[in-house]
Amino acid sequence: MGREIPYVAPTENEIEEMLKEIGVKDIDELYNDIPSKYLLERFDFPPSKSEIEVKEMIKEILSKNKCMDELKLFIGGGVWPHYIPSVVKEIISRSEFLTSYTPYQPEVSQGILQALFEYQSLLAELLEIDVVNASMYDWATALGEAFRMAARVTRRKKILYPHYISPQRREVASTYSSGMGLRLEDYMQLEDGSVDVEDLQNKLDRDVAAIYIEYPSYLGFISKNIKTVGELAHESGALFIVGVDPSALGILEAPGRLGADIVVGEGQPLGLPMSFGGPLLGILGCRLEPKLLHSLPGRLIGMTKTIRDGERAYCMILQSREQHIKRERATSNICTNQALCAVAVATYLSLLGRSGFIELGKQILARTNYMVRKLSEISGVKAPLFNAPHFKEFAYKVDGYSSHELLRELLERGIVGGIDLSREFNELENSILTCVTEMHSKRDIDRYVSIVKEVVER
Amino acid sequence: MKFRQARFEEPLIFELSRSGAHGFEFPRLGPELERALKDALDEIPEELRRKELNLPELSELEVVRHFTRLSEMNYSITTGMYPLGSCTMKYNPVLNEEIASSSKVLHVHPLQPEETVQGCLKLLYDLEQLLKRLTGMDRFSFQPSAGAHGEFLGCLIIREYHRSKGRDRRIMIIPDSAHGTNPASATMAGFEVRVVKSNRYGCVDVEELESMVDENVAGIMLTNPNTLGIFEKDIERIVEIIHGVDGLLYYDGANLNALLGKVRPGDMGFDIIHLNLHKTFSTPHGGGGPGSGPIGVVEKLVDFLPPPLVEYDEENDRYYLDYDRPKSVGRIKMFHGNFSVLVKTYAYLLRMGGEGLKRVAEASVLASNYLLRKIEKLRGISVPFDPERPRKHEFVVSLQPLYKETGVRAVDVAKRLLDYGYHAPTIYFPLIVDEAFMIEPTETESKKEIDGFYEALRNALDEAYRDPEMVKNAPYNTAVSRVDEVRASRPRTMIPSWRVYRRKMES
Repeated sequence: MGREIPYVAPTENEIEEMLKEIGVKDIDELYNDIPSKYLLERFDFPPSKSEIEVKEMIKEILSKNKCMDELKLFIGGGVWPHYIPSVVKEIISRSEFLTSYTPYQPEVSQGILQALFEYQSLLAELLEIDVVNASMYDWATALGEAFRMAARVTRRKKILYPHYISPQRREVASTYSSGMGLRLEDYMQLEDGSVDVEDLQNKLDRDVAAIYIEYPSYLGFISKNIKTVGELAHESGALFIVGVDPSALGILEAPGRLGADIVVGEGQPLGLPMSFGGPLLGILGCRLEPKLLHSLPGRLIGMTKTIRDGERAYCMILQSREQHIKRERATSNICTNQALCAVAVATYLSLLGRSGFIELGKQILARTNYMVRKLSEISGVKAPLFNAPHFKEFAYKVDGYSSHELLRELLERGIVGGIDLSREFNELENSILTCVTEMHSKRDIDRYVSIVKEVVER
Repeated sequence: MKFRQARFEEPLIFELSRSGAHGFEFPRLGPELERALKDALDEIPEELRRKELNLPELSELEVVRHFTRLSEMNYSITTGMYPLGSCTMKYNPVLNEEIASSSKVLHVHPLQPEETVQGCLKLLYDLEQLLKRLTGMDRFSFQPSAGAHGEFLGCLIIREYHRSKGRDRRIMIIPDSAHGTNPASATMAGFEVRVVKSNRYGCVDVEELESMVDENVAGIMLTNPNTLGIFEKDIERIVEIIHGVDGLLYYDGANLNALLGKVRPGDMGFDIIHLNLHKTFSTPHGGGGPGSGPIGVVEKLVDFLPPPLVEYDEENDRYYLDYDRPKSVGRIKMFHGNFSVLVKTYAYLLRMGGEGLKRVAEASVLASNYLLRKIEKLRGISVPFDPERPRKHEFVVSLQPLYKETGVRAVDVAKRLLDYGYHAPTIYFPLIVDEAFMIEPTETESKKEIDGFYEALRNALDEAYRDPEMVKNAPYNTAVSRVDEVRASRPRTMIPSWRVYRRKMES
């Protein structure tokens, strides 16, 4: 044993010595407490392969993928194509971060603890909210936890959410809410992207725990009356939950200033690759109010001091909310989170800094507006569908032309043109949700637009 | 061994800010995009425009230096041995990182047309086939991002199984030695938790279990080998009792390392299992995540798995996603789970092969029993629950004798171990052992390294008898001395962000 088996350390000699110390003749004896009927006689599994072979095999499988290097991806909807600065890759590849465990022993884990505290702090500044936890799995699970949190805090059972939300995100939040028996109901959004206040007020009764809104929305539009929604929530004793794509927040006002009690969002745009949908980074934060804070799920890192010398130090805090202490009375079951992704985001925000982050927003906003305008100049194209300012994403449609066909035409020319909304909202048949970021040059956009023009005029 | 961790008095990133410094530039927009930008900004109502943005400003070098210094103040598996019980801190092969850093993994969008992601789908399909063979389950969902996330999904499936039979079963049985996530997950899914005690062998008390089980019991969540490192000797009887009332058995896969290629949870009678790919299957923990906790189920539960599942159309040699799952409990995460973690797992399984996986289990059990035999002879240590019984990949000892004789606690010895360059074991868990030390050496540590850990523990215990105050004040060689964790969580002194810190400084 040992030799020729990758990564298994003990040598033949060491094994003999260890068996002798234990006082057994072979390793099988250490398994003799297991009923023999359960012990496999033959383990049917492929044989070991060398490093060279494994690399080749997986390379061949992955060669059947077409990635961002080969396709122009104008697609978002929860994960977006963004640029990742080389520095971010370098920092999170450092094995001291990569191969460490949850920092249960703070004295030897100050590095990851300070990096996570900085993540929490950078996000708190960006969102202008007091506390952000050390990460959830993704936006959708953060939203599910936020709904549960609102229900616990208000002791109410109903959640109002916007009609135009990612169907996948809605489904995850609904699955999360099911164990508590929460009722989720959507409210309407008008053609100018604003919230249908009348509809909202009709649904806003004394059992509403929270009103949720997204900013920008799933379809990229910005609701002008978002503040009013928050005020309505507070007047009825409900919490106001705001979901954000943080890459917009160099341009758009911080959710904390719009009255948000709880903020959720997706951290992927800030330095994380798309990776076929994961790992992502769920953002979850709240105001510093005991009721909210003690109901906040997930790990939190705090700044403290050393006992002996009073030096600055960091450690996990408020662990009494968590499953390893509270068990069935914990605020959530979350244990392993997305810590390394949070370090990536901290690095990204530090690198871009104040001016770089505002510039990121401008880069995206400029391209979004440019693409919308170019498309709208084509006769027969309605872009955007909602008469509102848009950021990064927008929905459009071509009169009398199937979205499915149009996306196919684009794909044939190496462009993934967006998400077919026909499958997501009945009233948006033949509409496409397109995404444009700092990754798309003016030339890329012009090419997309010229293909649409060609198809429409054909 | 001598150990000196790096000690930088590294300021917070905000304190390093130099107004006007910049670390990154974007392409110039050019006249047309500039015009588009101006129009777009004018469209956004004034009250929705950002007024202030308090992010730090640094040069690229300053950012690199800051985070590199932080990394140097962080213990990791590449730094040294990490015998954290139930965490399976084995070596994370560098090969897997390289494979997973391919553009064909990182820069693929989850909603791309199926024909452009055949590689991803094939990899998921093939990985599922391997995990089925390894566990004896019939289908897997890769959606869960972590073990606890998988448990939550498993509990939802148990609830749905009973609903599909027209009954609402509300009780989930969980042993007192279980991981804290088990009861938390069951509660999240809407179950009421009933705790079954461990008997003097450290196993589920079958008589008590029998008296608890009736038609209201939905199932049981078991870790086997359990958190004491002991194989549940009455597993056959437990399965009979639970299946006797048509309840389901959930297998917490945190401790699967001991059984790879030796015993399959499916053969023992388990109905649902989660795997911790970031433990058993060598993917890195990243300081707390990302992980991956896929769920495997037996045939009768396949319909309840969340959409989509990966299918293979043999005729057209095409992989596709099946979203049509009307009986599903619903999604628990966007898209397809933590894909790059799954790539690393697939590489690990190919590399190890069947024989390799079996050796992993055997070497981990050998290491654990060897270390236990040496440690049990040390003064201050006792071995709870049937010391003669072989342990599996991990074991638990109590430092209660030491505490009684010297006043030195498990936490103090843990801190002293840090001074010798070893990460501490899991402490104060499971809750049924006083002053617990839960130790899992793993198969990737050599005898020499394990002996080194033993020597360090022996020294620390000697010191506890000779000079208890010194040990109570440990550690000394780490980046900081003992951290005041009580102060950190007290409302008056708690600082969860720089924003709160500034506010406290001002008042």
